Amino acid sequence: MNTLLEDILVIDFSQFLSGPSAGLRLADMGARVIKVEKPGSGDICRSLYVSDVKLEGGESTIFHAINRNKESFVADLKETASLASVKKLLAKADVVIHNFRPGVMQRLGLDYEIIKAINPSVVYGEISGYGQEGEWKDLPGQDLLVQAVSGITYLTGNATDQPVPMGVAVADIIAGTHLVQGILAGLFRRMQTGEGLLVQVSMLESLLDFQFEVLTCFLNDGYALPSRSTVNGAHAYIAAPYGIYKTADGYLAIAMAPIEKLATLLPLETLHGYTDPRDWFDKRDEIKALLAEALIRKTTAEWLAILEPEDIWCADVYDYDDLIASESFRLLKMEQWVISNGLRVKTTRCPARVNGAVVTYEKGAPGLGEHSKKIMKEFDL
Amino acid sequence: MQLPLQNITVLEICQYLSGPCAGLRLADFGARVIKVEPVKGEAGRKLAIKNMWVDDNSLLFNTINRNKESFAIDLSDPEDMRWLKKLIGNADILIHNFRPGAMERKSLGYEDVIKINPSIVYAQISGYGETGPLQKKPGQDLLVQCLSGVTYTTGSAPDAPTALGLGIGDYLCGNQAVQFIIAALIKSKKTGNGTLLQLSLLESLIDFQFEFYTTYFQSGKMPERAGFNNAHALLGAPYGIYKAADGYIAIAMVPIRKLNEILQCEVLEKYEEQDGFQKRDEIKKIIAGRIATKDSRYWIEKSKELDLWVMPVLNWRQMKASQGYQVLDMEQTIQLPEGATFVTTRCPVRFNGKIIKSGKPAPQVGENNDCIKASLT
Repeated sequence: MNTLLEDILVIDFSQFLSGPSAGLRLADMGARVIKVEKPGSGDICRSLYVSDVKLEGGESTIFHAINRNKESFVADLKETASLASVKKLLAKADVVIHNFRPGVMQRLGLDYEIIKAINPSVVYGEISGYGQEGEWKDLPGQDLLVQAVSGITYLTGNATDQPVPMGVAVADIIAGTHLVQGILAGLFRRMQTGEGLLVQVSMLESLLDFQFEVLTCFLNDGYALPSRSTVNGAHAYIAAPYGIYKTADGYLAIAMAPIEKLATLLPLETLHGYTDPRDWFDKRDEIKALLAEALIRKTTAEWLAILEPEDIWCADVYDYDDLIASESFRLLKMEQWVISNGLRVKTTRCPARVNGAVVTYEKGAPGLGEHSKKIMKEFDL
Repeated sequence: MQLPLQNITVLEICQYLSGPCAGLRLADFGARVIKVEPVKGEAGRKLAIKNMWVDDNSLLFNTINRNKESFAIDLSDPEDMRWLKKLIGNADILIHNFRPGAMERKSLGYEDVIKINPSIVYAQISGYGETGPLQKKPGQDLLVQCLSGVTYTTGSAPDAPTALGLGIGDYLCGNQAVQFIIAALIKSKKTGNGTLLQLSLLESLIDFQFEFYTTYFQSGKMPERAGFNNAHALLGAPYGIYKAADGYIAIAMVPIRKLNEILQCEVLEKYEEQDGFQKRDEIKKIIAGRIATKDSRYWIEKSKELDLWVMPVLNWRQMKASQGYQVLDMEQTIQLPEGATFVTTRCPVRFNGKIIKSGKPAPQVGENNDCIKASLT
């Protein structure tokens, strides 16, 4: 038995990625997740992304990745009869998720205090962009914008680059991850106390937590700002050789390694002077520049053959084609096929393995309102 | 308020970041977290950044391991192993992040532990999974990033593959472990059955890129980073960070026509919304040329008037000075035994509207040995 959550009903009002990624994780743990979507267009993510890759019928691949294994119930929350149906559904819910801006659920009459009155043991999870108060609370909680104010854009790339955002929606995904932690903790607490719980995260607080190690450094170091390497930057706080280097035919990543050992193995005469480990940080730019000049001379495979047997922490740098073709990827069984709206869509699976088995589900993303009738009947709405 | 994981005991047999950041979250949620470490201490105690130390232990270690206890033992000593097994019998959760096979060799694999405690939640974190050609490779964050493809999502297309500048694999994997651990704890309390959870940095980083991989599976083509000011390979213009006369601003999804109401740029008028992806580089360059002519404050104010998705790019000092940061009350002070203190961030999750802080510092090696042994006899 690999299902961790049984008989858990999640009613999910969220859109885009942060909230829906939380719903997806709960679904993969075995919960039943019903998306409540507005009539006509539904979750904005259904049509949001403008990448040139679309599924048959013009649907966003991304929506399908995020919303597999869920049901869709259409309701107009501004309409009295629909709202009454939704409240009836919420009375049966174990978990509620939303990611509206602060105040929206209050205006709809669906905030925690109201839902708690009809369902005292509900675990109510909400994600905001910047928290419930303060100068930014009403601004859009959008991933790039939250990255921008969090300081994180000064950690990636080289010192000569302008601020570099992480190219994956890291604020959305981490906030969704934290929300699931809090929701599950709430469900566990409910088993002991019978009480419900309000769980709140914000994308900004989540990104601050993500930076907790280096932010703590900043907070205790006279507020010294991070300084990225000039060359081959990979982490502003880590000494040479840490970085990605160009080789004769590709790239090679080297993590932590003693410089004099590298000097011998490459071999590289000019690197021999750096015997004091303190210099590996203070002089990292010149050390990395020397390494870059040497590493370009052989192929990645040649370097791996020299460095790996000597326990130097290094790796090839894969793109998706390389990873998919690798034995390691095949063994992880990371792909799964789902049936979305009659279409077969290949996506990735839940990242954790439970009792030695991968967790997969065939159920894809729902069509807009696909389950409305069934849900109306089942819950007598 | 009673914290959710009160009365839950976690054994954290871990080092560095992935496992210990999971332990930290469970501790902040109310669990009692005991670091089971070698008598010389966990390796992370000696790993410092910027050479910053709190007593004999690095500031980094203190950041990751606050709010925990320490039980220091020698796993090759039979007497110590007896204590550990007793402790396992009384624990709810065990987390480890040793390389595949190491715990099994100490008779501490899941099959051994479940015999001692049939309802335990046993979570193991590896770099790349337990089998296959990479299992002996160090599960180090940069190396896993490089094998996961994520370095081709960040930076712009002409750049070399670009690592994300934080330990994202460690952090995500630890945070996912927390999710599955609590879910398995719910199951354990319901059914009495324990659960084996296996996570790896590589699987966590592939999951992190699930939108990209799903798109890749459809097209057979790796999503290509924008050639200019890339911020997300799947998104069109104007999405990115732009240099204003005095600093930087971030522009998210804004219709090109709408953006041009504040840019007032004639050359931009010929572009339709559907050009936003295919012609993103040329459009972004035009936008960049215009943004550079005025201060960021000007663009932010203009954007506010039209409710456009634009924000200033702040560094930590600017962020710390902002009201939006201060109102979060994100910092907390940790009291050290000798009277010294340091400042760190708090748990990012709020329960019933309240923030969670804990001033309890990281333990010294073996600090709680006597107390733990006394509780087991």
